[in-house]
Amino acid sequence: MSGLGFKVKVYMMKIITINKEDWAKGLERLCDSFRLFGPVKQDEFHNFRQLVKGELPDLNLLNTRLSAKSMVYPQSEKMFEFTLDENRDDHHILKEIHKDYSPKAVIGIRPCDARAFLLVKENFDTPEYKDPYWIKSYEATTWVGYACNTPCSTCFGTTAGCGPFHEQGLDLLLVDAGDYYLLKILTQKGENFLTAAGWSSKADSDAARHEIETLKRAAEEKITARISTDKLKDKKTTELFEAPFWEEVAFACINCGTCTYVCPTCWCFDIQDETIGLSGIRMRNWDSCMYPIFTLHGSGHNPRNTKMQRVRQRFMHKLKYYVDKYGDGIQCVGCGRCIRHCPVNIDIRKVCDLMNNFEA
Amino acid sequence: MQNPYLPYPVRIEEIITETEDKNLKTFKFVFLNPDDQEKFNYNAGQFAELSVAGKGEIPIGIASSPTEKGFLRFTINKVGLVTSYIHAMKVGDIMGIRGPLGNWYPWEVMKGKNVVIIGGGFAFTTLRSSIIYMLDPDNRPKFKDIHVIYGARTPGMLLYRDELAQWEKRDDINMHITVDGTDDPDWKYNIGFVPTITDQKAPPGNEETYAIICGPPIMIKFTQPVLDKLGYVHDNIIMSLEMRMKCGIGICGRCNIGKEYVCKDGPVFTLTQLNNMPKEY
Ligand SMILES: Cc1cc2nc3c(=O)[nH]c(=O)nc-3n(C[C@H](O)[C@H](O)[C@H](O)COP(=O)(O)OP(=O)(O)OC[C@H]3O[C@@H](n4cnc5c(N)ncnc54)[C@H](O)[C@@H]3O)c2cc1C
Ligand code: SF4
Ligand code: SF4
Ligand code: FES
Repeated sequence: MSGLGFKVKVYMMKIITINKEDWAKGLERLCDSFRLFGPVKQDEFHNFRQLVKGELPDLNLLNTRLSAKSMVYPQSEKMFEFTLDENRDDHHILKEIHKDYSPKAVIGIRPCDARAFLLVKENFDTPEYKDPYWIKSYEATTWVGYACNTPCSTCFGTTAGCGPFHEQGLDLLLVDAGDYYLLKILTQKGENFLTAAGWSSKADSDAARHEIETLKRAAEEKITARISTDKLKDKKTTELFEAPFWEEVAFACINCGTCTYVCPTCWCFDIQDETIGLSGIRMRNWDSCMYPIFTLHGSGHNPRNTKMQRVRQRFMHKLKYYVDKYGDGIQCVGCGRCIRHCPVNIDIRKVCDLMNNFEA
Repeated sequence: MQNPYLPYPVRIEEIITETEDKNLKTFKFVFLNPDDQEKFNYNAGQFAELSVAGKGEIPIGIASSPTEKGFLRFTINKVGLVTSYIHAMKVGDIMGIRGPLGNWYPWEVMKGKNVVIIGGGFAFTTLRSSIIYMLDPDNRPKFKDIHVIYGARTPGMLLYRDELAQWEKRDDINMHITVDGTDDPDWKYNIGFVPTITDQKAPPGNEETYAIICGPPIMIKFTQPVLDKLGYVHDNIIMSLEMRMKCGIGICGRCNIGKEYVCKDGPVFTLTQLNNMPKEY
């Protein structure tokens, strides 16, 4: 992995073995102290949702269709409430909404999605402004990662600062070792989770570490797609912006916005008020730079009026602006979702190469 | 954790129709909680999000000056959903204000320098704030010559006409008011577009002289070559930009130009900075 500069607390790592029967019992016990979330198959694909007591996360998957970002940052989220009833003293005044920030655990998040939260945190948790909804929800969560023995075909995580067994942003890492699970405890939060689950922590850590290392190497070898990002930082923004390839990159795009909705590192939102009768809420909803209205001024002027401008914005944001703004690498963890689900096969790996190799 | 999305409740104290087409109104707001007013500490050039429960929020430049205490003033052009709704509101109505937001004109850097203010149309709002700020007796000695070039289509489209008339009478500020055209025989100021009047009236550029420009894109486009000709260096040309906004605090991701968020890293940029940013505004 590249030196991305996130502070990883030094923690005496411990690995335990859990047989699959005890796994279920532990999760049942965890329900008393955590709200549990995990991948569940609905129709054809998996997505995250809250588990009811006794329900197990379905770990028989490659990855969820949508990323895990909704676990912290829902697609639609209430921000404030208000009344328009002029007989009430507080009419037209926005008020905070009570939210449940009690401990929750997300089980089965893939390493790419977990690391994505760290990239996105740069945006929501800044020195000047703190987004309370995002931060409180993130901090209330224990992240139980699920290592990828069989990475997705479109994955390029190993060259995007991530990898199938990557641990950044996780409190625990679960590894499927066939007949049993290995669970690596990475943080104090992870330790607390373990205690609440009551799994006995007897294990030969050395043998287990070796076993994980072997599985990890095998998984990494399966990822053959690679990108190069080394030269992005030194490119001149205005030159990349004016590069001749954008029309061609954007040619087939239908501005459907799928790429931004499935992406774990896309964070843009819109703020809207909704009223029913005399009561109302202010809410935020995921938005997408792929839509023309995203930047439309009231005067009719639109700085990103053409689809080429919007496609360019998406890639420049992820692969240049973010790189320059935070100095922490690209705003992409290589999960490959945008590649898998783009109806016209636009491939960020190819665009990244075009950008990285561009000479003005 | 303080919630940066939560507006302070305010009451509309006064509404003034500014222009003959009635499309521009100035609203004076007072805070419902005196504590909030203390917290709302701003500099000339900043903006705020005006919030109407049930309609939404809009970014508007602060037209009052930090030297005017006890209230805030904004001048709003009627264009769409929220601005039209606010235009129909009455004195006494309750709404919200969130801010102050964004950066401001570089007052520290401009200390001891000449300041030339160039404005067109209704973008004169934060320039009014700036003029009131500089003319405050405590602040006026901090600046050398002050010039103001301000243009509108017709005399009736000029904002803050009473104040313009007062400033005309002073000898510590050089006013160059202009209109595109008029059939008023009593019009005693300039006639001509802002770039032309800038060419005729602005002092020559040098390290000691700063120009602050705010106006429609077309005015900025034609004024810039004039300033180049007059010898203004790009570090000393200051502009305030507009982008569609929602959060106003650099989080919702909508108002970027390159890596800069206009709401948080701007809206004020020097021309030197803009030269290194994508032309996407
Ligand atoms: C820093 C800054 C300062 C501004 N100062 C003033 C001012 O002093 N006076 C004034 O009349 N106008 C000003 N504007 C423009 C003003 O914000 C828009 O005219 C206003 O948001 C239009 O809102 P609407 O709901 O009426 O229009 P609609 O077209 O219905 O817009 C819907 C929403 O889109 C967003 N939006 C639309 N146009 C703009 C825009 N140009 N800029 C930002 N967001 C937009 C708003 O969130 C708005 O609620 C300023 C804009 C910025 C960015
Ligand atoms: S998924 Fe593909 S077609 Fe849809 S907006 Fe993204 S790049 Fe364009
Ligand atoms: S840009 Fe594509 S590959 Fe990268 S994190 Fe987002 S969805 Fe995954
Ligand atoms: S308005 Fe949200 S980032 Fe600028």
